[in-house]
Amino acid sequence: MMQHLLLVPIVLPLVTGAILLLLERRHEVRVLRATSAVSLLLLLAATLTLLARASGGGIDVYLLGDWPSRIGIVLMADRLSAQMVTTTTLLAIPALMYASAGWDRRALHFHALFQVQLAGLNGAFLTGDIFNLFVFFEVMLIASYGLLLSGARGERISAGMHYVVFNIAASTLFLIALGLVYGLFGTLNMAELAVRVREVAPEDVALARAACGLLLVVFCAKAALLPMYLWLPETYARAPAAVAALFVILTKVGLYAVLRTGTLIFGDDAGPLAGFAREALLVFGLVTMLQAGLGVVGAMRLRIGASYLVLMSSGMLFIAFALATPGTIAAGLYYLPHSCFGAAAMFLLAHIVQRERAQAGDRVLPMAPPMPCLTGFIYLLVAVSLVGLPPLSGFIGKFLLLGAVPQEDTAVVYAVVLGSSLLALIGLTRTGTRLFWRTGGDGEGDGDAPVPQPAGAPKVSRLEFAATALLIGYGIAMTLAAGPVLRYTTAAAEQLLSPGEYVQEVRGTTPVMREP
Amino acid sequence: MEFAIASAVGVLVAGGVYLLLRARTFDVILGLTLLSYATNLLIFSSGRAVIGKPPVLRDGVAAVAEHYTDPLPQALVLTAIVIAFAMTAVVVVVAMRNHADMRSDHVDGHEPGRPPPDAHSDADADGEPRA
Repeated sequence: MMQHLLLVPIVLPLVTGAILLLLERRHEVRVLRATSAVSLLLLLAATLTLLARASGGGIDVYLLGDWPSRIGIVLMADRLSAQMVTTTTLLAIPALMYASAGWDRRALHFHALFQVQLAGLNGAFLTGDIFNLFVFFEVMLIASYGLLLSGARGERISAGMHYVVFNIAASTLFLIALGLVYGLFGTLNMAELAVRVREVAPEDVALARAACGLLLVVFCAKAALLPMYLWLPETYARAPAAVAALFVILTKVGLYAVLRTGTLIFGDDAGPLAGFAREALLVFGLVTMLQAGLGVVGAMRLRIGASYLVLMSSGMLFIAFALATPGTIAAGLYYLPHSCFGAAAMFLLAHIVQRERAQAGDRVLPMAPPMPCLTGFIYLLVAVSLVGLPPLSGFIGKFLLLGAVPQEDTAVVYAVVLGSSLLALIGLTRTGTRLFWRTGGDGEGDGDAPVPQPAGAPKVSRLEFAATALLIGYGIAMTLAAGPVLRYTTAAAEQLLSPGEYVQEVRGTTPVMREP
Repeated sequence: MEFAIASAVGVLVAGGVYLLLRARTFDVILGLTLLSYATNLLIFSSGRAVIGKPPVLRDGVAAVAEHYTDPLPQALVLTAIVIAFAMTAVVVVVAMRNHADMRSDHVDGHEPGRPPPDAHSDADADGEPRA
């Protein structure tokens, strides 16, 4: 029974999505919410089991249709995959809670699309076949188009148009790269590719570089690396809050793919392609980070600022993965869930702020309407965590990364990481001051006078605060349990950097019922 | 044969990229379609250009590679075609909605040099669709 566990994170949301489509014709939204929630809890149980299995160091391999791995499609779960799937599920819970507070009534098919999105994400993290990765990318993207555009009009449609066209173009590029890879190596299985890359004929090296370069361009486009980030701020800022919170993990899929191919296919023993494009990724990561810092400072809306913070974490992770030492990858893998939870909390908070301020929205104005203390306090926590000030998880991640940077790169990396963190600190401080402190209109009063809430401000429900608090709780838990989490990510980094075991495991798994 | 396929892919990509870079949504969609045709041809040819050989096993023909063509690229192309089709449908719907809402088929939603219409933008900027 246990060998089928790998299928659960993909099949369960997919089936739930289909059931929800049937249910939504006849039943109230309450039934849909309950079904979604139950499915998500089952998913959490499955992913935690996967995580527990993977933490022992074993690699689970599942042959779809019982075909041998060189012919068929394999699913696999090592420490990295299990971690990514768990992060996705943990992030999905508050996003669903937040949407269930009322937003889901207004978006057609929200719950079904949400589940399909989860299936796509989990599939992308669990597959061991690069064409299958493309298919799950598409599943994930087509659900994200639905979530982004459902019930949209006006400007959001325009932003959505850019997002859709950009992603379709990137997918086309992905296919071109896959065509070249198959033509060159005759396989699309990642473990098999890792072996055949080493034996590439000298006259094919240039073509192999072109194909692999195209692949990396696609992954970097999904992860919003510098020249290809332009779609991100507008899309994320216009997406509904709960959807934006889930979208935070979409950029991480690109980063996951970069890390996976970077260690498995372009690892240190990959012959002519060893360490392919690492230096370029490092440089682009550094520039992305700086640019994102400037974006945070320049943002005139809280949500745009939050989008640039997503971008900044992408840059940071590119640096960590491009340096490719065990220390930096371990730090990056610690930083990755932290940045997901933090940025998601910021998007949810921005939506709460938006509604509490009614007309003013989340814009940074010279004078702000009065705000409840609680919202300001949440902002403080999220901002501290995202900038990387002690004592929250962002600090631990950044500190570890900086500590693990190899000697010869310290000057540049330190300058950029610390400089852009300073920029983010300035930007978030200014936004916070303007949003929460400079309130009250004339500024002459004693400050204690009760100022009436702006008329027509919709009430923020407890569930929405609870969702935001849960995300912050994850961050605090990651801080308190930093030791065990770091042991896990360090082991994951070591596993990634010695891909021999992975290759052996995938190639050595034989069909049970079929003659090979 | 190789030359024919290669130049077909090249011409389609050139046309696709040119159209993709234009500012009207209709042109962009056509560009994406041309690009996907080029991709399909490319993937198809990654199994090598072979004439008159079937991709599935037949009775009486020995099951060795020289009697058959590689079936995998054909399966891949099928997947790629289906996905490209679905994506084109999505982008057509989005483009039509964009045109209806913004009263312009420019990809930015408004003509260059003219400000965007304010009719819906503010109400929607907070991500709150109206019921």
